[in-house]
Amino acid sequence: MTAPDSNGTPMVRFENVTKSYGSFVVLDGLDLEFGAGEKVAIIGPSGSGKTTVLRMLMTLERINDGIIWLDGEPLTHMERDGQLVPANAAHLRRQRGKIGMVFQHFNLFPHMNAVQNCMEAPVTVLRMPKAEARARACELLEMVGLGDKFNHYPGQLSGGQQQRVAIARALAMRPKVMLFDEVTSALDPELIGEVLNVIRKLGSELDLTMLMVTHQMGFAKEFADRVCFFHSGKICEQGPPEQIFGAPENERTKQFLSAVLEAT
Amino acid sequence: MAQRLLLVSTIMAFLAGLAIASFAGFREFLPGLLQGALITVEITVAGAVLALVCAVIAALAKLYGPAPVRWLAITYIELFRGTSALVQLFWMFFVLPHFGVRLEPLLVAILALGLNIGAYGAEVVRGAIIAVPRGQWEATIALNMSRAAALRRVILPQAFVAMIPPWGNLLIELLKSTSLVSLITIADLTFRAQQMNQTTFRTVEIFIIVLLLYLAISMIITVGMRALEAKAAGAVARGRAH
Repeated sequence: MTAPDSNGTPMVRFENVTKSYGSFVVLDGLDLEFGAGEKVAIIGPSGSGKTTVLRMLMTLERINDGIIWLDGEPLTHMERDGQLVPANAAHLRRQRGKIGMVFQHFNLFPHMNAVQNCMEAPVTVLRMPKAEARARACELLEMVGLGDKFNHYPGQLSGGQQQRVAIARALAMRPKVMLFDEVTSALDPELIGEVLNVIRKLGSELDLTMLMVTHQMGFAKEFADRVCFFHSGKICEQGPPEQIFGAPENERTKQFLSAVLEAT
Repeated sequence: MAQRLLLVSTIMAFLAGLAIASFAGFREFLPGLLQGALITVEITVAGAVLALVCAVIAALAKLYGPAPVRWLAITYIELFRGTSALVQLFWMFFVLPHFGVRLEPLLVAILALGLNIGAYGAEVVRGAIIAVPRGQWEATIALNMSRAAALRRVILPQAFVAMIPPWGNLLIELLKSTSLVSLITIADLTFRAQQMNQTTFRTVEIFIIVLLLYLAISMIITVGMRALEAKAAGAVARGRAH
């Protein structure tokens, strides 16, 4: 289960994590590790729990059982008197700062322009001086190819541009782990490429652990170090993309891939 | 909307012209009634400020407070929404002195009406906060913002826009309910009108002027709120996705 290129402590470790809504079990005793700097694509049919993995890691969802570890420390729990107890708000805020997330529907702040969106958290959370936060925001917007859109509001930008602002906004907090939750699913087909290009660029230029839930099989194949196939709240099969896409062993993986590839 | 305003303004101007042309009493009554209208405006403005403060505090308490605070907010909202404003005025003016609390009439008027409208306003504020898409909250969590910072910087500015039209309603409601304060000895517009009516019996003239003055004040509120809405909506509409 250990990540192929991780040495020592993994960046993220799910240990027997269970999540359920009422009697519906979304994730069932999940054990999963992600190494530092690893790029992992999470694929699977809808309702398989793949998005929930990212949402739990971002602490948007509480877990019902198990522990999530982040950067060698517990995330969902904290140590008190030598025992692990559920994390309090202060612990969550300290740990959560290491993670950034990009959403399917962008979730940009509509009343702020592109630069303000990227400055908001560094200023209010990290107490960064405004001039410094602005400089950093502009630098990141340049990096995602939006150097000419600093003062544009989200409503004045295309979906692809909005998603690139959202990526810059997440990077402004200097995360170690970036989560991408179906970030191209809400985009018109002709805009998908520009967002994937930015993600490619992050992968090659920054030292980030990148986890992405995606339906873009071609991109997953080319970009990821490892592909995890989820089905019914469990990892059905995982391995390097050549293996998963080239010679899947599990019957469900084969069915899923042939269904997906047929559709495209 | 601009056309409707124009229409109402025209009707008002016509009525005003009619009043001036028809009634020699216009000059006689207007100064006294304007003094009353000033009191009415004072109570409306002070009451509106109090109502807004109460509404925001009660809404946040009901949404995010710990259980005792939440119950306090619910009690306030239900108590002041569920009983008549007149009874609330009478309670503060006639009943509280029996318990040793004696307040100035003007203070009673502002407190009672402000708390009353604030209780309605609390639900308006709460509804507007809830209506902000959940993704906005999730983005603030992903950016590691505290709940207070998220509310202040992200949620409330967006909720604010949705609150403006219902607040326009509430402010007009507040203006109209100020006429109740004439029953606790305050010389507001309605009080002055009744007084003049009792001494002169020129009922038609007096109450046409009173009607026009109330209408004029509520039109000012409407126009002001529209301007505020246009400004606030402009700021967010630029940003609204899709």
